[in-house]
Amino acid sequence: MKASYRTSLAALTLVLAASAGCSGGDRQERTMIQNKGSDTIVNLAQAWAENYRRVKPEVGIAVSGGGSGTGIAALINGTVDLANSSRDIKPEEQESIRKANGKPAVEHVVAFDAVVFYVHANNPLNGLTIDQIACIYGEGGTCESWSQVGTEVPGCADQSIIRVSRQSNSGTYEFVRDHVLGKERDFKLGSRDMQGSKDVVDLVEHTPCAIGYSGIGYATDKVKALCVSAKEGAPCITPTVAAARAKTYPLSRPLYMYTLGDAEGAVKAYLDWIHTADGQRIVAESGFVPID
Amino acid sequence: MSTTPFSATAHTLAAERRESVAKGLLGLATALLVLPLVGIIGLLVVKGWPALTWEFLLTDPAAGMIAGGNYPAIIGTLWLIGVSLTISAPVGVLAAIYLNEYAGDNWLTRIIHLAIVNLAGVPSIVHALFGVGAFVLFLGLGTSILSAALTLAVMTLPVIIASTREALASVPLAFRHACWALGASRWQTIRHIVLPNSISGILTGVILQVSRAAGETAPIMFTGAAFYLPFLPASVRDQCMALSMHLFTLSTQVPGVPPAFPYATALVLLTLVVAFNLVSIIFRSYLRSRRKW
Amino acid sequence: MRRALPFSRFGERLIEAAIVLCGLSAIFFVIAIFLFVFLSGADFMLHRLDWVEFLTSAEWYPTSVSNKRYGTLALIAGTASVTGLAMLIAVPFGLGTAVFISEFTYGKAKEILKVVVELLAAIPSVVWGFIGLAMMNPLIIDLLNAPIGLNVLNGGIILGLMSVPIIVSIGEDALKAVPDSFREASLALGATRWQSVYKVLFPAARSGLLAAVLLGVGRGIGETMAVLMATGHAVKIPTSPLDSVRTLTATIAAELGETARGSDHYQALFAIGVLLFGITFVVNLTADLLVRGVRRK
Repeated sequence: MKASYRTSLAALTLVLAASAGCSGGDRQERTMIQNKGSDTIVNLAQAWAENYRRVKPEVGIAVSGGGSGTGIAALINGTVDLANSSRDIKPEEQESIRKANGKPAVEHVVAFDAVVFYVHANNPLNGLTIDQIACIYGEGGTCESWSQVGTEVPGCADQSIIRVSRQSNSGTYEFVRDHVLGKERDFKLGSRDMQGSKDVVDLVEHTPCAIGYSGIGYATDKVKALCVSAKEGAPCITPTVAAARAKTYPLSRPLYMYTLGDAEGAVKAYLDWIHTADGQRIVAESGFVPID
Repeated sequence: MSTTPFSATAHTLAAERRESVAKGLLGLATALLVLPLVGIIGLLVVKGWPALTWEFLLTDPAAGMIAGGNYPAIIGTLWLIGVSLTISAPVGVLAAIYLNEYAGDNWLTRIIHLAIVNLAGVPSIVHALFGVGAFVLFLGLGTSILSAALTLAVMTLPVIIASTREALASVPLAFRHACWALGASRWQTIRHIVLPNSISGILTGVILQVSRAAGETAPIMFTGAAFYLPFLPASVRDQCMALSMHLFTLSTQVPGVPPAFPYATALVLLTLVVAFNLVSIIFRSYLRSRRKW
Repeated sequence: MRRALPFSRFGERLIEAAIVLCGLSAIFFVIAIFLFVFLSGADFMLHRLDWVEFLTSAEWYPTSVSNKRYGTLALIAGTASVTGLAMLIAVPFGLGTAVFISEFTYGKAKEILKVVVELLAAIPSVVWGFIGLAMMNPLIIDLLNAPIGLNVLNGGIILGLMSVPIIVSIGEDALKAVPDSFREASLALGATRWQSVYKVLFPAARSGLLAAVLLGVGRGIGETMAVLMATGHAVKIPTSPLDSVRTLTATIAAELGETARGSDHYQALFAIGVLLFGITFVVNLTADLLVRGVRRK
């Protein structure tokens, strides 16, 4: 009886060890590049990482999300090679990086994006001005109902605007705060702060009363993208890849990858590949705006 | 109405009626508990089955994680539970042996008991904070399977200690007395009599905790799990993907995922966890039937 | 038995030393966790954090450019509302099921029910969160005409279902601890089973049942993934079950990654961790004292 328990213990350990051992087959010389940060970029980064295996099989890129703030924090902590960010790095952050690591963060533009405000497909509204958006999303803003922006949404019982936003670690969140609300102003509390870019669109798809913002690459056919006018009376620009590239859409932005100091070696090779036609094709396929 | 000495009075009949009502309500409450379980599993199966192919289980994610499979996540989860098990099981079992066989009933033992109860109640996110502070940063292990597994080990430790203690306590004192009477030392008694007779109870507790470690997300999110890795982990210093983390990212961050995918991932995770639990339950009833005392 | 050789005496001493060390490990880890969590935030907590604002203000703006505010009242309200609703569901169902399994079922049916409850306990929290996100969200929108399905109600139901197994298993233990003689005496006096339950067993097992509820509450307060995915994550004090909220745990989980080590925001999150640790410490301590009281009978 004792023997059978020992054998079952041994068998269990062997199974676990074998399954762990099986995976060690890839163990040739391989370099790992740590890539962390923006949730807007995370899917694009993953698509790049997947495709780069074709180009250089011995180099692997470990991709994680968490928001632009996470990537830059990792850069400060020195735990990442490439930080994805959908917003500019802040001077205080540069200062912390320099202090902690001895060299500054170097910015590389890898693609372009447009921050789009999405509403439910049935919402008859077509566009908003930046001031109206600030009135809806900003602290102290008084726009709480769809009627205040001149529309009536079918299926929305009390016409209350349900704001869908991102969590504070998101570069998209910071971009909207800086370029729509004005840097000194904060978001109004009480918005549904979603985890990732796709969550926002998902929620807006299912919620007639909702408005949310996300990258242009996350559009689906169940939501409507609003056109945005820079001020009252200005033309309302529809977010398209062309408008983003031409910078006519007021909320276009570059997407960055930051390195500690200049890029070298495998990291430089990866960044160079991202800037080739091959890498930029993937940008277009993911719904973002390629660099030309 | 005739009232023979032994027929029920109105009072008794009313009590009996209340009893049936109560029994009915309680049974309903229980059923309302069982129904969600069945419903949830049913829905997961119905919605996830279309994606559950051998290809799904054995290939890497492709096309931006909206095609391909879950293979690295499954392997990563196995790595995590394997490593955390090798750390927490010995420590937990030895700790339980101390508490049950060596320690007296003094203030130290009471404090240890207190510590175990509190360790068991720490929220998983506080475990994550500890993991980041202690293993990733302080010990410099970085985000790796080792950090994540250590965090999971600390999390599962108290329950392994508690269940091992129960298993050890179920071995009758008479067995130990007989051993000591024959001149054996304490450790010899434990090694030759107590442990072999309680090993099945110990294994039951350990297996249950393994299933819990497989399902946790918060402790591994910041200490070792990644969104996407192109290679399988080759050592404990590498990061890994994990089923629980994968389910989280598929449902919150990856756009355009075929609806069946997250359901199928949830199903795989649930099957793994339920399989461990069922093994443990069957093992437990097997040993209960074989017990000779 | 083999005669003990001098070598094996040494080996035995070694093992016994290891045993004692492991025995003390639990204390070590609890202290370590508290120390790490406290020390990581200590500088900020002791020197810069306004504790009154921390506990009474509903404005949580740790990343504001112009006006950083660290008020957790809305987060505390979020945790309290979701856990409260969860307990409203879990306590009657949990205690009811515990009573049903313990007193009204026998043999095979009892075994099967206990297995079902254990399986319910085994479901990982991320799966529950997924269920809240994918299944309950559209359900709540359709059935209750709610504007959004990620709210206190969603989180509360999910958390309730998660907490039930603990309440059932500890409640059942508490009822089992009541000696059979109580039941037999009650029945012998002519009471029905149900009357025995609420007149005799409940009062006798009262502290154990209370412990069960407290442990369920502790579980609810500490839950992270399920509420992260199912409550809508809005910083706001809820006025109805259909409002979205954010809990203390979800705040840490969502924001920990973005903070630079040692920054004020990072330390503020650890301050929340200390708060959580403190609350669950008290809850679990109370529950344990109640249970020890039961066992002593």
